[in-house]
Amino acid sequence: MLKGGVIMDVVNPEQAKIAEDAGAVAVMALERVPSDIRRDGGVSRMSDPEMIIGIQETVTIPVMAKARIGHFVEAQILESLNVDYIDESEVLTPADETHHIDKWAFTVPFVCGATNLGEALRRISEGACMIRSKGEAGTGNIVEATRHLRSILGDIGKITKADNAELFEWAKQLGAPLPLVQEIAETGELPVPMFCAGGIATPADAAMTMQLGAQSVFVGSGIFKSSDPARMAEAVVQATLNYKDPAILAKVSTGLGEAMKGLEIANLETKMAERGW
Amino acid sequence: MLALQGAFALHLQAIERLAAAGLSVEGVPVKTADELAECDALIMPGGESTTMSMLLDSQELFAPLKAAIINGLPVFGTCAGMILLSSEILDGRSDQNCFGALDMKVRRNAYGAQVESFETPLDVAGLDEPFHAVFIRAPGVEALGAGVEVVSEHQGQPVLCRSGSVMACSFHPELTDDDRLHRLFLETIVGV
Repeated sequence: MLKGGVIMDVVNPEQAKIAEDAGAVAVMALERVPSDIRRDGGVSRMSDPEMIIGIQETVTIPVMAKARIGHFVEAQILESLNVDYIDESEVLTPADETHHIDKWAFTVPFVCGATNLGEALRRISEGACMIRSKGEAGTGNIVEATRHLRSILGDIGKITKADNAELFEWAKQLGAPLPLVQEIAETGELPVPMFCAGGIATPADAAMTMQLGAQSVFVGSGIFKSSDPARMAEAVVQATLNYKDPAILAKVSTGLGEAMKGLEIANLETKMAERGW
Repeated sequence: MLALQGAFALHLQAIERLAAAGLSVEGVPVKTADELAECDALIMPGGESTTMSMLLDSQELFAPLKAAIINGLPVFGTCAGMILLSSEILDGRSDQNCFGALDMKVRRNAYGAQVESFETPLDVAGLDEPFHAVFIRAPGVEALGAGVEVVSEHQGQPVLCRSGSVMACSFHPELTDDDRLHRLFLETIVGV
């Protein structure tokens, strides 16, 4: 039910209200947006339940929260708080360098990041109900999101043209279950919704990822690290709806003030997208 | 198909299946008043009703759609679509608009949060076999005007209602391959 929408990172009830007012379809409750996590360093963990509850009490749209990769107890806690979705997220410091959470063990739906199709299908086989391309969170740089979306959707396109014998090789190459590869060959799409995250900083960024084939966008630091968050939030929502209409995109991109300051990927100390296995 | 946000793609697939099965119908996405003017009927999908309400305004679609409904445009609203078609929204945002197309009070998320989503077979007037319904953060009908017909209910609460050319349900008929409700709407209300 989140398709065609914008999910915004928020760190307090005031920001959650701004996000909802702007037309966000959901908010991601977390203590620090990714760009601050990058700046501060250290181990980044699940947010304080008090902060999540404060946001749940403020907005009527769904509230998501992040658990560390492999940290099934953080996920149990978040489920007990009745969050609407859990993001098993590379933005937090991983708790397990081999295993992801067994998401089938939960009732609450999970969203997981992926940089390529193999990663996406492994997460789906573990029970994820939604995939987001990872991009590189907290950079305000769209280049990694573009790379990941093109990789995932490009491979889906190739699989639909493969013959049955080639699907075995695809499954082996991707490290993904054969039945999921066969399903993609038949349907031409992932069996779950495919969203985009990581580095979206402007309405044009959001529209580009939608044109590339994302079904919704996650915007983290891009909104509340811009100079006028309320206007930026609304502009990104408008751009996500009217992503094919350059005239409307021009209008909503006008006079937004400063977008968040971006980072060069080559100069990063930590590449969050590399977390996940 | 109102295509501002939400599950419109799956609804369009349902319409495509019905067209392939011989019904004289074509589904097109609607984001603007011009696109709306081309349609003989409208489906309002599930999604986030607060977001859709806002986008109806920013796309300058609210007033034309309201006028079209008053003029008898057949409309089928599902989940968030039902909220938008109601005459009063409880637990919504204070600035959230609704069309008043169905004389009913609707409470948002009446059946609980995402984790309390459920599926259940429903007896539906006009269908021989039960319909498998999926409820996700579903709206609950709390008060119903005299002119509104209850087509199906769950545990005593109306979940599928009809009044004149407008039909609405609390659940998501597009999430299964069962197109009987879409067919019911098209055949009995639109007259396809």
